[in-house]
Amino acid sequence: MNLATGAFFVFAAGAIATAILMITRKNAIPAALCLIAHFFCLSGLYLTLQAQLLATMQILVYAGAIMVLVVFVIMLLNLGEEAKHAKASQLRPLAVVVFVGILALQLLALLMGQQSAYTELPPKASLVGSVGELGRVLYTDYLFPFEAVSLLLLAAVVGAVVIAKRQLDN
Amino acid sequence: MPQSIPLEYYLALSGVIFCIGAIGVLTRRNAIMIFMCIELMLNAVNLTLVSFSSYLGDTAGQIFVFFVMTVAAAEAAVGLAIMLALFRTKQTVYVDDANLMRW
Repeated sequence: MNLATGAFFVFAAGAIATAILMITRKNAIPAALCLIAHFFCLSGLYLTLQAQLLATMQILVYAGAIMVLVVFVIMLLNLGEEAKHAKASQLRPLAVVVFVGILALQLLALLMGQQSAYTELPPKASLVGSVGELGRVLYTDYLFPFEAVSLLLLAAVVGAVVIAKRQLDN
Repeated sequence: MPQSIPLEYYLALSGVIFCIGAIGVLTRRNAIMIFMCIELMLNAVNLTLVSFSSYLGDTAGQIFVFFVMTVAAAEAAVGLAIMLALFRTKQTVYVDDANLMRW
């Protein structure tokens, strides 16, 4: 077992463990910290897939920008432990059972099926995930979506400010 | 123990993480927890896209993940603003209490 194989199992176990920890936390702040740990594990998994740029972006954008925003809002709202509500839906355990069943079927089909042709990374995988190659493709073939997504970000920023601001005129 | 990781291992891992996120969305009532579980599901799909992209040697999947991350950032900004507005009007972030448009 080489280093990359070992790294996959370590990061995969870490990702599943932090995800389960996250959805079972009562408080929002420990859940957010578990989610940040989960993002670091995913970043490690991207590195085992030779996707260097996305591994960096995962930490910068998700663990950095988005989670800071989430933690900031949690503290702003001063959330405590999730209160026990009497009117919790009776259908929720059923939904959990349905999802676990679907997952079991998927895993069974995936692992009992015939051996796939993709057993190891191709040699050009490290080129595909590099900053130079992704940047070249992004600024040539995907130039229009790239510009469109900047408009989307602008709209989201304006929308967020408009929704979150207090009504000053009354 | 395999010498190198086949593609199916990444797909199985991503399916497991996606289902954990979906169960979180269905069982939690705190809107911020639901939001974080949705991020978990988005990241599971991202993992699928990146693993296919690497194993097929095609950049399209990783470019798609780049755009998903951008949309997730926009979603975070708008979603958290909606939560602030909800908290300001109803003093709660529990989705059961926000039932104004429920039939």
